[in-house]
Amino acid sequence: MNFLALLKDTLFQFLGLFKNLDTLPVEFMRLLREFLVKLGALCGIAVPQWALDLVSSLVIIVAILVTFLILFALMSVFERKLLARAQNRYGPNRVGPCGILQPVADGIKMLTKEDLVPRAADKVVHYLAPIVMVAPALMLPVILPYGRDMVAVDLPVGILFFFALSAGAELAVFMAGWASNNKYSILGAMRAIAQMISYELPLVTSALVVALVAGSLSPAALVAAQGGYSFGFLPRWFVCTPWGFAACLLFYIGALSESNRCPFDLPEGESEIIAGHLTEYSGFKYAIFFMAEYVGMFAINGLLVTLFLGGYQAPFPFLEWIPGWCWFFAKLWAVALSMVWVRTTLPRFRIDQMMLFAWKFMLPMSFVALLAAAAWYYAGQGLAGWVLSALIVVVPYLLLGTFCFTRHHSATNRRYLYSE
Amino acid sequence: MNFPGSGIIKGMAVTARNIVGSYFDRAHAKRLTTEQYPEERPTLAEASRSVPFLVYDGEDPEKGMRCVACKICEKECPPQCIYIVKDSDANGKPILRPKVFNIDISVCMGCQICVEVCPFESIRMDNIYEMSSYDRFAPLVLHKAQLLKSNAYYHGIRPTEATATDARIEAGRIRKEAALKAATAKVAATKAAAAAKAAEENKPSQPEQNA
Repeated sequence: MNFLALLKDTLFQFLGLFKNLDTLPVEFMRLLREFLVKLGALCGIAVPQWALDLVSSLVIIVAILVTFLILFALMSVFERKLLARAQNRYGPNRVGPCGILQPVADGIKMLTKEDLVPRAADKVVHYLAPIVMVAPALMLPVILPYGRDMVAVDLPVGILFFFALSAGAELAVFMAGWASNNKYSILGAMRAIAQMISYELPLVTSALVVALVAGSLSPAALVAAQGGYSFGFLPRWFVCTPWGFAACLLFYIGALSESNRCPFDLPEGESEIIAGHLTEYSGFKYAIFFMAEYVGMFAINGLLVTLFLGGYQAPFPFLEWIPGWCWFFAKLWAVALSMVWVRTTLPRFRIDQMMLFAWKFMLPMSFVALLAAAAWYYAGQGLAGWVLSALIVVVPYLLLGTFCFTRHHSATNRRYLYSE
Repeated sequence: MNFPGSGIIKGMAVTARNIVGSYFDRAHAKRLTTEQYPEERPTLAEASRSVPFLVYDGEDPEKGMRCVACKICEKECPPQCIYIVKDSDANGKPILRPKVFNIDISVCMGCQICVEVCPFESIRMDNIYEMSSYDRFAPLVLHKAQLLKSNAYYHGIRPTEATATDARIEAGRIRKEAALKAATAKVAATKAAAAAKAAEENKPSQPEQNA
């Protein structure tokens, strides 16, 4: 068997893979390994296992990186487009057809800008902060199941791994703020720390709700648990249960906060503190921060899709012929664009409002969701469970929402010490 | 219906209506009001003005030039952006025509005072607005050849004002002609009277002569 015959054979096998798009990426990796083994045999070398692992890991890494960078690029232009449309403007429409090449122009602009480092800055930390920011952000997507058996690293504690890594962003933000030696930077960093730590609690708790019911911390197992349909039509996604809906909303709000997006973009509130921790960054370092933020956002949206929106599961039985990874990315885009929608609508919080919302509303509600999930689990997951968990969620929500955020409550307690 | 969080839902509905409406709302075609500048040009108001230009009548700019180099605009111009040199004939005798007429549009503030003071309806405001250049100095000084534009162009950019100007010039011409005619008639009359007087004076002497 000569080289050309092997190539031809592999090519035909590759084309044959297109018959089943659902398993295409997984089968492609298998084919690649087989091809490498056969190629080694042709050259008279026994290809060792570690070399195969290395090559397939590299291919997967490149695929994930490229996917998320494309997502980032597209998101940056779609976001600007949608924001513009909400304000009845056109948005970017000059570069390429309908402005779709705008990210390229932005990238060139960013790369050709001068990279300024303040004289009084802590140069090493200032240099390291973007790296510390982007490295965990790029590691986050590996645990996500993109389709059936399409998970780069099937960690049994994937959720834990995700939260552990995403906490690294806090360190990077504080490094950036501290090293810049600028009062706005450090204010932004302090805000970011306060915000991220406050919101990580409800975020993790609401993810815990799912782990409680599904009995696993492995993302692949969580998605598998969401297959099938209850009552014959309703997909068994966790978002379609009362406790799951509550937890999903809480997770969504937490995700908004973790990725520093409106209305939780206080760390870079330009009207108050210029650009927060990004004030002293320009050029490529700024672009890296920007990229890390967007990749982190897509990663946490991917986790939201995995936890609550059924990952690669189709919403209706008659749509199951569409490949799972298409569903995953469709849901990912839906969540990401909904974040843009929220951004067009809601103004930025004040810092005290944000803390109040985190500790007096989000945290109790996430515990309530935990309780509701437990009730649903022990009430047999039938109609009784539905009613019970719905009650457990709705009653505290109305009580908290009514008595926690009434405006006159804070107004009566306000005293002006020096201005009266 | 009011419940906690209903305000957010209402707000989201408003933005959604705007996002979707900007794509599909045919009844509100005026939603996207941004002018796509290089492709779409604004329709300028008739009175909009930028920098001055010189009007000429007929086909030939040099012959039809209304400007007589009286230099009133040069003296009146507050930022002093006009520079005029009077032309002279072969013998060095000044003639009523500018040899050099420059306007520095980087200095011009578009105040229209030159237009107000011009007795010959020669200088008028233009409405061009794409005047940027790569050099700060030379390209921003407009010379006579660039400044001279036809009366038809003037009619094109601001018809009402141009028509009024034309009527004023025409009235002036008629008045002038009438005055000329009157003067000619007066001269003729004086001449005739003088002739008659002379004839009168000569008449009595005629018989004497005859006698």
